[in-house]
Amino acid sequence: MPKLTIDGIEVEVPAGSTVLQAAEAAGIEIPRFCYHERLSIAGNCRMCLVEIEKAPPKPIASCAWPVAEGMVVHTDSPMVRKGRRGVMEFLLINHPLDCPICDQGGECDLQDQALGYGAGGSRYEENKRAVKDKNLGPLVKTVMTRCIHCTRCIRFITEVAGVPDLGATARGESMEVGTYVEKALGSELSGNIIDLCPVGALTSKPYAFVARSWELTKTDSVDVLDAVGTNIRVDARGPEVLRILPRLNDDVNEEWLGDKSRFAMDGLKRRRLDRPWLRRDGKLVPATWGEAFDAIAERLAAARGDRIGAIAGDLCDAESMLALSDLMGALGSENLDCRQRGERLPAGRRDFYLFNTTIAGIEEADALLIVGANPRREAPVLNARIRKRWLASGLPIALIGPEADLTYPALHLGEGPAALAALRDGAGEFAAVLRAAKKPMILLGADATARPDGAAVLAAVWQLAGAVGALTPDWHGFNLLHHAASMVGGLDLGFVPGPRGKDAAAMLSGGVDVLWLLGADEFDPVRLPKETFVIYQGHHGDCGAALADVVLPGAAYTEKHGTYVNTEGRVQRGQLAVYPPGEAREDWKIVRALSERAGHTLPYDDLDALRQRLEQVNPVFGRIDHLPRFGCSDQTGPAGDPAALGQAAFLPAIDNYYQTDPISRASPTMAQCTATFAPIAAAAE
Amino acid sequence: MLADQDRIFTNLYGLHDWRLAAARARGDWDGTKEILARGRDAIVEEMKASGLRGRGGAGFPTGLKWSFMPKQSDGRPAYLAVNADESEPGTCKDRDIIRNDPHKLIEGCLIACFAMGAGAAYIYIRGEFCNEARVLDAAIAEAYAAGLIGKNACGSGYDCDVFLHRGAGAYICGEETALLESLEGKKGMPRMKPPFPAAVGLYGCPTTVNNVESIAVAPTILRRGAAWFAGIGRKNNAGPKVFCISGHVNKPCNVEEELGIPLRELIEKHAGGVRGGWDNLLAVIPGGSSVPVLPKSICDEVLMDFDSLREVRSGLGTAAVIVMDKSTDIIRAIARLSQFYKHESCGQCTPCREGTGWMMRVMNRMVEGRAEPDEIDTLEQVTRQVEGHTICALGDAAAWPIQGLIRHFRPVMEARIAAYKQRGRLPSMPLAAE
Repeated sequence: MPKLTIDGIEVEVPAGSTVLQAAEAAGIEIPRFCYHERLSIAGNCRMCLVEIEKAPPKPIASCAWPVAEGMVVHTDSPMVRKGRRGVMEFLLINHPLDCPICDQGGECDLQDQALGYGAGGSRYEENKRAVKDKNLGPLVKTVMTRCIHCTRCIRFITEVAGVPDLGATARGESMEVGTYVEKALGSELSGNIIDLCPVGALTSKPYAFVARSWELTKTDSVDVLDAVGTNIRVDARGPEVLRILPRLNDDVNEEWLGDKSRFAMDGLKRRRLDRPWLRRDGKLVPATWGEAFDAIAERLAAARGDRIGAIAGDLCDAESMLALSDLMGALGSENLDCRQRGERLPAGRRDFYLFNTTIAGIEEADALLIVGANPRREAPVLNARIRKRWLASGLPIALIGPEADLTYPALHLGEGPAALAALRDGAGEFAAVLRAAKKPMILLGADATARPDGAAVLAAVWQLAGAVGALTPDWHGFNLLHHAASMVGGLDLGFVPGPRGKDAAAMLSGGVDVLWLLGADEFDPVRLPKETFVIYQGHHGDCGAALADVVLPGAAYTEKHGTYVNTEGRVQRGQLAVYPPGEAREDWKIVRALSERAGHTLPYDDLDALRQRLEQVNPVFGRIDHLPRFGCSDQTGPAGDPAALGQAAFLPAIDNYYQTDPISRASPTMAQCTATFAPIAAAAE
Repeated sequence: MLADQDRIFTNLYGLHDWRLAAARARGDWDGTKEILARGRDAIVEEMKASGLRGRGGAGFPTGLKWSFMPKQSDGRPAYLAVNADESEPGTCKDRDIIRNDPHKLIEGCLIACFAMGAGAAYIYIRGEFCNEARVLDAAIAEAYAAGLIGKNACGSGYDCDVFLHRGAGAYICGEETALLESLEGKKGMPRMKPPFPAAVGLYGCPTTVNNVESIAVAPTILRRGAAWFAGIGRKNNAGPKVFCISGHVNKPCNVEEELGIPLRELIEKHAGGVRGGWDNLLAVIPGGSSVPVLPKSICDEVLMDFDSLREVRSGLGTAAVIVMDKSTDIIRAIARLSQFYKHESCGQCTPCREGTGWMMRVMNRMVEGRAEPDEIDTLEQVTRQVEGHTICALGDAAAWPIQGLIRHFRPVMEARIAAYKQRGRLPSMPLAAE
C-alpha cells in the first residue's frame, strides 16, 4: 500500500487509489463536481485540482491521478487555490445564477463551492449561453441552461441504469446533454440523476417549486414499494410528505432508489381512508370508531373460530401482522395468510424464502440463473447490482421465463419449467457454466411459486441449486426475489395457515365467514361470496376497501413506526415521518383496541412491548439492520415434488412497474408514467 | 540548407507517380525485410539514436515513444495509430506526403508495427481529405497485393495489417486520445492521462499514436542510418523536416529543409520572400495556429527548430509558418484563431469549454476596440486560467496565440481601443417611439 503525504498528513491507501480518495482518507475534502465514487471517472470539471510535487508543474486533477509511493500533495497551495478559482469563474460565466427560482437552491454543490471559491463579482461582460430545455418524461425536469456538463447523469444512465438513452451532442460551448431524439428516459432508476446533478439542471418534476430544502423535516425510513428494503429519507413539511430520497446503505441500495419508490408519494395524499366506514344497505357510510368496532365485535362473537380468517397485504409492517395474528389466535382461528397471490412458500426454514446470497453478495457470484422473475421491474435497485456485477467482469447470466430487456445480456433458455428440467439434466451450454461456477447464483421470482405447480417449481429450483453446487457451507446461491415488502416478515412471523387452517385462496372463496384484510388488495375477488363479512384495514380506498363491510383507516408506511424484513431477511425499521390523516391510526393500535372491545385484550400496550413480543416469536426481529450471511448447512429441499413441474410458461409478475400497490395506483405521477411508458413497453413487445 | 541527396520526400510535389512501381524506383520498400531482420530492439535503438522528434507538434522523441510499448504481451494485442487528422490551420505537410508519397507511410507503418510488436496500424485520416484517402486506400491495396503488408509482410514472417479510417472533420480528433476514442466509434473527446496509450490505448490495448511524417521518415532513417539523420540539423533538433509556408509570401509552398534553418532564409529561399520585401513583414506564426505569434524583430534572427523557438516563447509545432505582412490586422487574425478554437473545443472540460468562448468574445470586441484597456489584462488572465488546466492541449493551443498577441502587440490593441473611444459612441438607432 503506497504511503503519501497530503498537506503534511501522512496516509496509506490501497494501490490504485486516486489522490482524491487518498485525501478523503486523510480527512481532507477536495471540491468536485464530476467525480462520483459510484461512477466512472470523467475528470472534466477540473475543480479537484491539486499540486503534486515532482509531477508535471501544473495543477493536476486529483480525481484521476493515481497515488504513488512517497508522493507529496498540496491541496491548498496558492497554485491550487488560483486554479480552483479560475475553474469556478468559468463554471459561473455561463450559469444563469437564477438561484432564487431554482429548486436546487439550498442543496446545490455549485452554490456551496461558489461560496468557497467564487469571486464577489463577475468579469464576464458578454451574453450568457441559453440552452433549450429537454423533455425527459414525467419525472425529471430539466433547466439545461444551468447544466455545467459534469456528465454525471450520462454516466449514471449508461453505466448503472444500463440504458443508452442519455448523451452529449455538439461540442465546445454548444455541447448539450440530452436524449439525442427527444424522449422519456426509459429507466426505472431515472430519478437518481436528480440527486446526482450537482446543480439545478435536473430537478424533480413533481416537486418543482414545492418547497425549499430547509423547510423540510427529514426522517430516516425504509421503502416498502418493493422488497429490497431501500433505505430512504422522508422529507415532509407539516402533514405532507413532499419527497423521498435514498439514504446510503452499501449492503442494500448503495445510494440508489427506484422511480416508483421515489415518486409515488403523491399517492399518499389521494384516495386515503381517513375515517371508519360501515356498509349499511349495501353502501359504505361514514362511521365512528365505536360503531365500526361494535359491528366487528358483534360478527366476531357470532362466528366460530375456524370461520374467521385474516390475509395480510404487501405493505404491512411486522408489528401489525403480529398483533392481528395474536388476535386471530385468541379468537381460535388458524386461518392466516400473508401470501395473497397464493405463493407456495413454506414458513419455517428461512433459507427457503430468502435472498440468501444477499444483495451485496451478488458481487461475488460468478454465474446467475434467473427463473420466473424480471428483477428490472420487481426490484430495479437490486437489478442495478446485478448489472454492476456483470459490468465488472462479464457475469454469465441466463433467464427462464418471459423474455425481457434486463439491461444486461441474459441467455434466454425458455419460457416455462421445461427449461428448468433440461438444465437440471445438464442439457445445454449454460448447465455447464453453472456447474463450473464456483459461486453460482439462482434467483427465483416469488410469483413463479404462485401457480398450481408452485411447490414443484420451488423444489426443482432448490434441487438444481444443490446439483450445481450453489448450496455449500460457504456459499448459499439459492435466492428468492420477493416484490412484496411484507412477505418475508409475514413468513418469519408464521403468518401462514396453521395445521387445520385455510390458506388465502380458501378464505377468498367462502372458507370463512369473517375475513380481515390487513392492507390486502392484490387478489382476484371473483370467488368471494357476498355473505362473507369483510373487514378492510388499510390506508387506501383500493380493491380491498371496495369489498369491505367495515373499513378501518390505517397508516401508510410513512406514518408509522414499523419493522420490515426485506427479501434478504434484513430486519429494518421505518419511522413515523408524518401523522396518519384524519381519524386513521397506526395499524397495530387498531388491532390492539379492537381486541379489547372483542374481549380478547392483547398483552401489549406500547410499541416496546409489542417489539419484545416480536423478538419472542422470532429472534431475527432482535437484529436490526445487521444481516449475517449464512452458507447452506442443510441441503434437504422444501416439500414438493421437483418432478411435478407443469408445462405453462412463467408469466411476468409485474406488467406495469409504475402501478403495483394502493399507493402507486393512487399517485398521479405514477399514472403519468404509466401513460408515458405503457405504450412504449407495449410497442417493444 | 538541405542537400538534394538528403531529401527524404523525393516526391513531395507530386512530380512523379505515387504508385508502388514508381515509389520502389525512388527507393521505397527497398530492403524492408532486411530492416525487419535486424530485430525489434535494434530498430528502436536506431530510431532513438537518430534523434527524431515527433513531427506532430509536441516534438517528443519518437524512438523513446516506441520503447514505451510492452516488450512482452500480456495477452492483449498492441496497435499503432497513425495520426493523419491534419487539421492545424496552416499545416498541409501530411496531406502532400499521403497523396504523393503514400508508400513511405505504409512502409513506415510496417516497420513501426514490427518495432512495437503491434499487429495492426490504424491510419486515422481527416475526413476532408477525400482524394488523399482514395490515394492511400489504393496504395494500401497495392501493398497488400504485392505482399508487402498483411500476412508474412515482405516475406519477413511478420503479420501486419494496415487499416484506413476516415474521420468526420473534428479538429480535436487529432489529439491522440480523442483520436483513439473516435476510432472506437465514440465521441471524439480526449482521455485523461495517465494511463497513457502505451499502457491502455485503442480498445484498452497498448497503442502508440504517431504523426504521419514521423512514421514516413522512419524507413529512410533505418536505411541510411541514424548517424546520417542525426548529422542534419542542430543538436537535439535533428533531421530534415517538411515546412509549410503560407500567408503573405510570394510563393507559398511545402518544403523539406533541415531543422535549425533561419526563418528568414526559409522564407526567402523557398517561398520567394515576404510580399513587398522582408521589411514589409509584420509577424510570423512559426508552427501552426497553436503557437504564439512572433514579431518581425524576433523573426529576423530566429532559427526554425524546437529549442530555438521555445527560447523565444513560441514553438515549432507542426512547422507551419504563417507569414503576415504589414497589411494584416493582427488582432483580427488572432481573433479568427480564437473563433476556430471555440468552434473546435470538444466541450468536455470546463476551462476550455467556457474559456474559449469567453476569449473569442473578448477578442471579437478587441478587433473593434470596443473594450476597456484593463480588459487586456483580464483577457491575459483568462488565457492563464485555461492554459494547463485542461485534459488535453487544446486549451493551451487556444490560449497561446492570444498570449503571443498581448506579449508583442499590446500597443496595437491599446491604440485600437483608444481609437474606438475617440470615435465616440456610434449614433444609436432611433427607437420607434421617438
